[in-house]
Parts: sequence; C-alpha cells; structure tokens
Amino acid sequence: MIPAHAIGVYRRNSWLLGWGGAFAVAIVVWLGADWWQWAVKAPKELSWHVEALGSCTSVRYCVTGFMKWMLGNEAYLFPWTFKEFTRAVAACIEMPYQFIRALLSTGFEIPLGNGEIWSIPAVSWIGLTIVTVLFAWRIKDGMLAVIVLLSFLCLVGFGQWESATVTLASIMVAVPIGIVFGVALGILGYRHKRFEQAIMPVLDLMQTVPIFAYLVPVLFMFGFGPVSAITATVIYAMPPMVRITILALHSVPFEIKEFGKMAGCNRRQITWRVLIPSAKPGLMVGVNQVIMLSLNMVIIASMIGAGGLGFDVLASLRRQAIGDGIEAGVAITLIAIVLDRLSQAWAVRGTAHHPSETPRNWFNQYRNTAYALVILLATTAAGFVVPFFSQWPETLELTTGQFWNDLVKWININFFDQLEAFKVFILLNILKPVKLFLLSLPWVVVLLFLAVAGLQLGGWRLAVLVVSLALFILITGQWEKAMITVYLCGISVVFASLIGMTVGVFASRNPVFKKIVIVSIDTLQTLPSFVYLLPVVMLFRVGDFSAMVAVVLYALPPAIRYTLYGIENIHESLVEAAKTSGCTRWQLLSKVQIRLAWPEIMLGVNQTVMFALSMLVITALVGTRDLGQEVYIALTKADVGRGLVAGLSVAFIAIITDRLISAAARRRKAALGL
Amino acid sequence: MARPEPILTCEHVWKIFGKNAERIFDGVPSTSEITSEDLRAASLIGAVREATIEVAEGEIFIIMGLSGSGKSTLLRCLSRLIEPTTGVITFEGENLLTKSEKEMIQIRRHKMGMVFQHFALMPHLTVLGNVAFPLEVQGIDRNSRHQKAREVIDLVGLSDRESYYPRELSGGQQQRVGIARSLAVEPKIWFLDEPFSALDPLIRREMQDEFLRIQSVLSKTIVFITHDFNEAIRLADRIAIMKDGAIIQVGTPEELVRTPADSYVEEFTNDLTKSKVFTARSVMAPKDPSLPSGGSVPDSIKIEEIAAEIVASEQPYDVVDAQGNIVGQLAREAVIDVLVGN
Repeated sequence: MIPAHAIGVYRRNSWLLGWGGAFAVAIVVWLGADWWQWAVKAPKELSWHVEALGSCTSVRYCVTGFMKWMLGNEAYLFPWTFKEFTRAVAACIEMPYQFIRALLSTGFEIPLGNGEIWSIPAVSWIGLTIVTVLFAWRIKDGMLAVIVLLSFLCLVGFGQWESATVTLASIMVAVPIGIVFGVALGILGYRHKRFEQAIMPVLDLMQTVPIFAYLVPVLFMFGFGPVSAITATVIYAMPPMVRITILALHSVPFEIKEFGKMAGCNRRQITWRVLIPSAKPGLMVGVNQVIMLSLNMVIIASMIGAGGLGFDVLASLRRQAIGDGIEAGVAITLIAIVLDRLSQAWAVRGTAHHPSETPRNWFNQYRNTAYALVILLATTAAGFVVPFFSQWPETLELTTGQFWNDLVKWININFFDQLEAFKVFILLNILKPVKLFLLSLPWVVVLLFLAVAGLQLGGWRLAVLVVSLALFILITGQWEKAMITVYLCGISVVFASLIGMTVGVFASRNPVFKKIVIVSIDTLQTLPSFVYLLPVVMLFRVGDFSAMVAVVLYALPPAIRYTLYGIENIHESLVEAAKTSGCTRWQLLSKVQIRLAWPEIMLGVNQTVMFALSMLVITALVGTRDLGQEVYIALTKADVGRGLVAGLSVAFIAIITDRLISAAARRRKAALGL
Repeated sequence: MARPEPILTCEHVWKIFGKNAERIFDGVPSTSEITSEDLRAASLIGAVREATIEVAEGEIFIIMGLSGSGKSTLLRCLSRLIEPTTGVITFEGENLLTKSEKEMIQIRRHKMGMVFQHFALMPHLTVLGNVAFPLEVQGIDRNSRHQKAREVIDLVGLSDRESYYPRELSGGQQQRVGIARSLAVEPKIWFLDEPFSALDPLIRREMQDEFLRIQSVLSKTIVFITHDFNEAIRLADRIAIMKDGAIIQVGTPEELVRTPADSYVEEFTNDLTKSKVFTARSVMAPKDPSLPSGGSVPDSIKIEEIAAEIVASEQPYDVVDAQGNIVGQLAREAVIDVLVGN
C-alpha cells in the first residue's frame, strides 16, 4: 500500500507534469510557429461538399436550411404544418396582447355596422394610479404606496405614460405565459426524474445563450412585431421559473406530502391542493424573477417589434440622442422597481387571522376588487367630461432631455482631455496588449491548457466536455471572434472582481457602508442591462473601452455580494479564535477571512463572468468586434444559422468557464471541509 | 384474558432498501432465514425485518425504538405510505397489499388518520381549513365539513383559534390541530408518528394527558410511535420494542419490566420507576385468611397510587378484582420492595 502522504506527493507531481508538459508544448509550438502554421492560426469554418446540392455546406448553412424547411409547407407537426402551428401560437399571444394594450393605452374602436365607429377610451391614468397606490398600501405599507405614487407621477409628468402602458401590456402578457409554462414544466420535472435530467441542460443553454441569438429564429417564425417580442421574452424569462418550481416542490417538507397521501388525496389533489400551496413562498420568488427578467428584455425585445419604452431607448441610442433615451430608460427602471417591490410584498404578504367574524358572502370576498373597478370606471368616465382625467395636458409635460444633452456637452467640453487621457491610457496599456496576446495564442495550446485544467479540476469527463465545446467554436470558424470576446470579458471580469472584492471586504467591516452598498447593488440589479450603456456612451462614445466600462458596471453586483456573503458566513468562533491568537486586522483578513471565504468568492467570480458575457453581447450596439457583434449582424440580416452558431459559441464560453470555476470552488470547499 | 379480535395485523413484513431488494428472497423457503449477513453481502439495508404484530380493537399499541430502528418505516408500511418488500398486512380482515391505488385512497380517506412529528400543517390554511382538509378532498360540502371540523377542534380545546394560521400558534397548539385534523374523518385506526417529540418536556407531558383524555372519550385503535420509553410506559396498553429493524419483544409495560427479553430491553427498564408500572395484582401474595385486613384496593391500580396508604398501615390490604372477589393480599414489605426498585 502507498501511504496517504505519498499519494498526495504523487498527485501534485503528476499535475506539475501536466502543466509543465502543456507549457513545453506551448513553447515548442511558439518556436516552431513558422513551420506549423496550422497549429497557430485558427482554421477557417469547417465546410463539406454535398453532392446533392452541388455546393459546400457548413453548420450554419445547415441550421438556416433546416429553418427554411420547417417554415415551408412540408414540415408537419401532426396534423398541422409547422407554419399553421406558428400562426396558431401567434394568434394566442396576439389577442390578449391587443386587448390589454387597448385597455391600457389606445382604447377600443368597435366598428358599428353603419360605418360609424364606437370608441371606448383606455383606462384613465388617474384611476390606474389610485388603484395601484391603494393596492400597494394594502399589501405592504404607506412607504411602498408613496414609491408607487411618485413613480407613476414621474411616468405621467415626463410624458412617458403612453409608451409605458404599451410596455406594460406586453409584460402583462409575457409574465403569465412564462409563469404557467414554467410551473407546468417544473411540475413535470418534479414528477419525472428523467424529464428533469433532460430539461436541465436545455435550461442551462437557454440561460447562457445570449438573448440576441434566439431573437433570430423567433423573428424567422413570427415576423417582426409584438408576438415575436413576447415570445422571446417568455423564452428568456421562463427558465428560472422552471428551476425554482422544481426546487420549491422538492423542498416541501416530507411529512406534508405524506399527510396529503394519508388524507386520501389523489395525484391531482396532492399536486394542486397540497404541494403547490405549500411551495407558494418559493414559487413567488420565481414569479418575481420572471417579472424582472421580462423587464430586462424590454429594450432588446423592441429590436424585433415590441414598441413602447424599449423602442424609445433603442431609437435614441441609435440616434445618439442621449437625453431622450435617459428619460425612457428611467421610466423602464421605475416600472421595474415598482413591479419588483409589489411582487415581493405580495409574496411575503402576511396571512393573519381576521380579528372579527365578518359574514362570508360575495361582496365581502371581492370588496376590494369591486372598489377598484368602481374607481377605474368612474375616472375613465370622468375623462369624457374633464380631459385631464384621460390625458395629462401636454403643456404640463416636463422634459429633461435638453438638460442631459447640455450636461454631456458641458462635460465633454470641460473634461474632454482628462476622460480621453484615461481612456487612451487603459486602451494602450491594458486592452491592446491583452487582445494581441490572446489573438496570437495558437489554438492547439489553448485546447491543451483547457484539457489539463479540466483533468485536474474535475477529471476526464470535464476535460472532454470543455475541449469539445471549444472545438465547436473552432470548427464553426468563430475562433478569432471568440478570442476577442474572451479578452473583453476577461479584462472586465478582472476589473469587476477587484473592485467588487474590495468593496465587499470594506462592506463586511462597516455596517453603515454595508447598508449603502446593499441598497445600491439591489438597485443596480433592477436596472435593465441596456440602461448601463447610455451614460457610458455619453462619456466615452463608442468602442471597446465603453463596452468594457458598461460590462464592469453590470457585472459588479455579484462580485460584491458573494465576497460579502462569504466573509460574513465564516463562523464567528473562527474569527474569535484568530483574534485571541493575536491577529492584527490585516492578518485576520488575509490569513483567515479571505482564505475561508475563497470558495464563495470564486462562485462570485463565476457569476461575474456570466453577467459580463450577457452584457458583452449587448455592447455590440456600441461597436465591439466580437461574437456579440456577429449575433447582432445575424439579427439585422435575419440569418438564423449565423446567429445561432455565434450565440452557441458565447454560451459555450460561458459553460466552459462555469464548469471549470465551479469544479475549482467545489474542490476548495471540500479541502476546507465546508 | 381473551383479547378482542385484532383489527390490524402485519406478518413477516420486510422493508429492504437497495437495488433489486426483492431478489434476496428468491429461492428462500422462509423469509425468516435471511440474516443481517445476507443483507450486508448484497449491500442492502433492512429497515424493517420480519416484523409481526397484532393490534387489537381499541388498544393503544406503541412501537418503541431509538432512531434508525425502523419504527417509522414500519408505521408507514402499515398505511402503505411505504410499500413493504414482502409480507402480509391485514386491516379489518383484508389484505392491504393487494388493494389498488384507488382502493387505498378510499381506505385512507375514511378509515385512517395520522399525526406527524413535525405537525405537517398546511401553511396557507387556517386551523379550520386544515382540520377540514381531509373532508374537503372527499368532496364533502362546505357547511357539513366545517361543522364536523368545529366539533373536533372543540374536542382538542382550540375553538377560539379556528381562524388562526398555523404560524400564529405555539408548538403544542399546532399539534392539537394535527390531532384534530387526523380525527376529523372519524378513522377506524389512528396512527401517531412521534407526535410529542418536537415539543418541550412540560408541554409534552400536558399533551400526553390530553391524548389520554381524548382516547378515554373516543376509544380508538391506536398505533403510536415513540423513542421515549417513559412515554411508552405511560400511554401504552402494549409495547413493541424495535432494534435494527426487528421487533425484539412485544408485551404490556409490566411484562417488559418483569421479564425483559434481553439486555437491550432491560437497559431501558433499569431507570424506570417500577411503582408506576406495577399493579397491585402483579406484586400481591396469596390471601392468608389468618391475617386481619387493613383495607382493600382494586387489582389493576398502580402501586404508586396506593403506596403511601399501605406503607402507613400495619395490616396487609386485600386485593379485589372487578367483580369484588378477593384475589390476594398486599403487604407493606412487598410495596417497599417495589418502591426501592427490587
């Protein structure tokens, strides 16, 4: 038998051997670069000749061809053609959307037989505001009511009401669909282990493929318009609901499930009467997630026809008219904050007994709903007499657009040199060299390093996984763009992690600072990712640097949160032990806290990478040259194959990083016995 | 003493966890021949092994064992919440294991009630809603089920709390709701799975008294699980002691204390206050007519309750049975022996 410590030495040596070998190969390839061109420069997209077509084809052409075939008249989804199927789906989304939009925003116009049109106005803004404020007050407190009131007044005052109601209408269609499908899939996953195993990788992909990538096939199927926008929103917002449903159902106490059986519930009753109600607090977290993700989608969805506030932001970003964009961006943020707080308050709404016995009848049960209806009808009716009720007078509309434009002008006139110097310094000294280095790395060496890292951290399965994902990127001809993605993402993650960890460490030491930090990152996370682009573009214009700044800002919250969480979760007794051993504050931090919190911090870095990648794709709008740009171009050309291949490549980079870092964090945790 | 017909029996019941567990019985003439070595060799875990019990109508049958002894698994086999690997379970003369899913649902709806260790109350329903739930799933209309639910809530003394939600109640109150809920369908058999283990000692004592009071009103057939030997002694008509999935001994509390089957059972009985277990009948001597009598005591009374009186008396007491016949006598010395624990 080999003694335990000898195994340790053997292992360490074998890893040294592995890494050493990889380095040796790297040096050999580098020295022999002139002879082995094929090992250095990434190959062109792999394509093969198909006799039947008489031309070459490749992965992305196959995808595009498949899509075209599906939408032709030959593909049957028994008993309909695929086209009829998509049309049916479109109708199911279109009808409720048009109804809600008419109700909230445009009003109904019903043609009467004799050529006249009977028009019913949309719900009055005053009515909707009053009802929402009262609702907020009822489920939480006066504070929430004030927040709702101020937000709504802002929307109205800045003339965003109409766009906001259009946006709200699409959210109100997308969210219920997302919840229903999410819960349904979640229940199936809970009931059937196999189904869960099958659906998990799909969910992983749905969450890592950049949003742009599935805009393309959706656009292909449903055409430009609100239906496409809502479909894409549902696809984006649903995965967490599925996961949370499965998790929440699994965490219903075992005894409650047994009780359900003992009470003689059949399967349906156990699911709907026992499991779902008991899991409700968990499910509500999922509902909140669906709402927030749907709002995050608002701007992106407007690229394929969502309209509303998202369209306003996008249009102003394209015109570089920052002022207009900021107001619409703020409006989206306000809606996000209001919906977030309302749904959270609804989730934790205390169920307490009613002190007095009120007779149970129809009116008592639906009293509040009845009042709300009366208010809505009355204010809308008042709109016929007093125009103020139906529309906020334009003369009273405020606008800050000019102010923002002036501010940008002023900053650019007065601080141009400083900002430019900072930007150029970072560009020349950090961004450029890293980019050149990564682009010059031979692909063989990159694959080798991935393989060794995979082997060491998670065994041969992991190594095979990461190498084959990287190979996909290679053979679809995306290598160079992928490297640019890695470079931008990598630098942003380094910056975000450094800033995040520092802030996290300081926050763990100072309770007041901590409170401020937590509120700020909570707010940052409710902002739709697009909103980050506006101020950055204002200050630094387009380019890699702006992209990096936006990505760093967006990816900061998880780095802070996990660091803080990791340090605070260290057991009090360990900190006390260190203190009684005579550690200085710095020693305590460097020798105890950071070390023990390291697995958590690594998970934070992992999340930062995920956030950075999702933001990076969006920064394609400000002119990067990476995979994101590729997806964006595919979107404008409605090229399904190109979009999907590039999108999958981004997803694969995310999955490679995620699997490697998670494996490392797990090993570390196990080593620490946590 | 002839016991009434058993209402629930289980014979040679096994529950084995692991892959292809049922194969271990292939070609074995009698299941009792399987040993722990056989199980270990097949890397299986025998949660319940060769369990055979009979529960008579109206008795409190307690299954006592430490954690991991398989007592909860056995209880769940009795209601088929867990499917036994092999064996026969009869309820009211019919084999439960051959019942279809639908028939089981009907049996559970109308004939079984269960109380859980951690209460298992539904957080979104009020006390009334929780108690009425088993009736609701049967499809009983609102008024009748609420009326029935109020009756049992009244029985456990929570009438003023019926519109409260579980999290607004203390642990003891929550378990009262659990008890009321399990009684709402008027079950033929009442399962209690460590109902008082999650409660503070003082509350536990109070709930045990409450349990005995309710039982004196309803006279249910009860299978009760506990890991607390004192609780078992206090409440049980008969006790089954389990260890490593097997039943070691079944008997009345007194039988267990008097003739423990092995050292494991004896270990439990050592710390016991014997005067709480022994009855006058079990320590009495034959009647010696030559001695004058100091008084008389019923034969089923616990020594604890009469000790002071007898010790203070010069003469032995007569022990009389339910018909008033003198069946023996109880001397001061015998009582003192019990009190000091010999």
